[in-house]
Amino acid sequence: MASAATGAAKPGLLLLRRTDATFIAALRARFRVHDFYASGAALPDYLTAAAAEPDPPRTALVVAGGAILVDAAFLDAVPSVGCVVTTGAGVDHVDLAQCARRGAGEIFSVDVADHAVGLLIGVLRRVAAADRYVRAGLWPAQGDYPLTTKLSGKRVGIIGLGSIGSQIAKRLQAFGCAISYHSREPKAFAPYRYLPDAHALAADSDALIVACALNDATRRIVGRCVLDALGPNGVLVNIARGVNVDEQELVAALQEGRIAGAGLDVFQNEPHVPPELRDMDNVVLTAHEAVFTEESRANLQELMIGNLEAFFSGKPLLTPVLPP
Amino acid sequence: MMASRGEPPATKVVLLLVPHKDASFHAALRERFRVLDFFASECSPLPAFLGAAAAAPEPPRAAIVVGAGLIPVDAAFLDAVPSLRCVMCLAAGVDFIDLDECARRGVVVANSGSVFSADVADHAVGLLIDVLRRVSAAERFVRRGLWPVQGGHPLGSKIGGRRVGIIGLGNIGSQIAKRLQALGCIVCYNSRTPKDSVPYRYFTNVHDLAVESDVLVVACALNKATRHIVGKDVLEALGKDGVVVNIGRGANVDQAELVRALKEGRIAGAGLDVFENEPGAPGELFCMDNVVMTPHVAVFTAESMSDLRDHVVANLEAFFSGQPLLTPVLPHSPVN
Repeated sequence: MASAATGAAKPGLLLLRRTDATFIAALRARFRVHDFYASGAALPDYLTAAAAEPDPPRTALVVAGGAILVDAAFLDAVPSVGCVVTTGAGVDHVDLAQCARRGAGEIFSVDVADHAVGLLIGVLRRVAAADRYVRAGLWPAQGDYPLTTKLSGKRVGIIGLGSIGSQIAKRLQAFGCAISYHSREPKAFAPYRYLPDAHALAADSDALIVACALNDATRRIVGRCVLDALGPNGVLVNIARGVNVDEQELVAALQEGRIAGAGLDVFQNEPHVPPELRDMDNVVLTAHEAVFTEESRANLQELMIGNLEAFFSGKPLLTPVLPP
Repeated sequence: MMASRGEPPATKVVLLLVPHKDASFHAALRERFRVLDFFASECSPLPAFLGAAAAAPEPPRAAIVVGAGLIPVDAAFLDAVPSLRCVMCLAAGVDFIDLDECARRGVVVANSGSVFSADVADHAVGLLIDVLRRVSAAERFVRRGLWPVQGGHPLGSKIGGRRVGIIGLGNIGSQIAKRLQALGCIVCYNSRTPKDSVPYRYFTNVHDLAVESDVLVVACALNKATRHIVGKDVLEALGKDGVVVNIGRGANVDQAELVRALKEGRIAGAGLDVFENEPGAPGELFCMDNVVMTPHVAVFTAESMSDLRDHVVANLEAFFSGQPLLTPVLPHSPVN
């Protein structure tokens, strides 16, 4: 909602994400904040009301994975919006072609890559499962935990070699892994082997890591064929979007032992995780948090404000996203 | 019963003093050597078994041992089987072997060398990421069906930029360092002596290392100098935001002090693969979300067991053909 007395001189901002008190205060200190979630209004009414103001907002702050799509309808409703600042390691909720100016963060790549590595070690070496074994008192009762699978030296296939995929590759190279990748086109300076499709990549990989953006070409890019190519000794790690993987096929493949395991941070219908997975020891399940650490949350807030201020002072955005 | 199938030459007699359950390990040994397997024999206790082996027309020249087998390789042991000229240890740790006594008698000792190093390093990094990023805690949250109900849970913390102090920079410590650097950590270390060609900052003692670290990784051998090398003093220096990861030996850490520090919030978390008094971990840790415990699994992958088998065979073949051991351990030499 518009702020009170001192509002007039401050530029308007559409706030379409849930956030904390500190951040709202920081935003209100600089902008006239139209807080969607606080308004309780339906989206079209909220946008219309903001657009009807004498000095309608030129900026919008949104988040990936939320319900808000910055599409043609959105932009038509508030034509004054000239800058969209989004966070989350994806821009599938923003119609880039429709946006005049936009921004997104590079800041998450590293944290997401670290989480991917953690999931891969977790699924091959069964860290969390072994921890459960100890907590259940099974070590004295049942003896040694079964042998697990070595990570070092394994063949890793990465779908999507953007900033996140590259960070994952760099980390796993230090484990002696052989890295290959598939993406829309080969990357000129990537020192890794390129495969022309996900199936070929899976056939040649011990571990397949999904690190691509979500778009029409990558929806269900990992389906039955790719899983079969990955094979009964292969593992899948997904830190991209749930919908990059055919979740039903994945569950079936795990149940039938057609792949060896999976590390998943994202799911088709969050926060709902297929119950069949919750009883398996050869999967690692985290709650879409690859991007979130205490530090990234603080850095992120600074970055969002930085981008907004850059826009309002006519400077280039700090972290612009180029259209595809 | 001590006889084997009799195909290998009678002079390659090996005492097997390890309760090794891997069938392919036994098969590989029996293909090449005459194996006297204590754990398969009817001659316990140990002195009777050793006595019978020593008294045989072809007494054993090599013995396969491991620390967890609880058979110390000391003067009494060597007296019991004077024909022994080679001790093959299946682990890196040789704290249960009297190296000086072996050297005095001209008995050569081999250990597992770097066979397990990559796997242990991988596991150490896995524990570190799990503790810092709260992976196991997230798993519990999801498996209990709490995600739709509670929405979010406490965030983990960033790995890049963390200062990690490694205690012991041998094969394992170096491989841990390499992996952590790729994750953006700042690596420092302590070891008995500084290593010339490494780019990491050296600390002469563990206390000072702990002061400058966010995470302490214990990757050293267990010996007199390193028993309880992480104790109350070091934990205090590490501080309330600090994390301990132990893939060395349980006794490298003062476990009672560690548990107290965790209970009282004087350190932030721990990733532990080893404990005093295994099997088993301290029950007080079982309800803690900031602790990850694994049952001494760091070396145990299918691949490492297969590599170990090849490694043992290669060392024993070298010994029996009068060649130097591939991975000899000398008195006073750094281990792992």
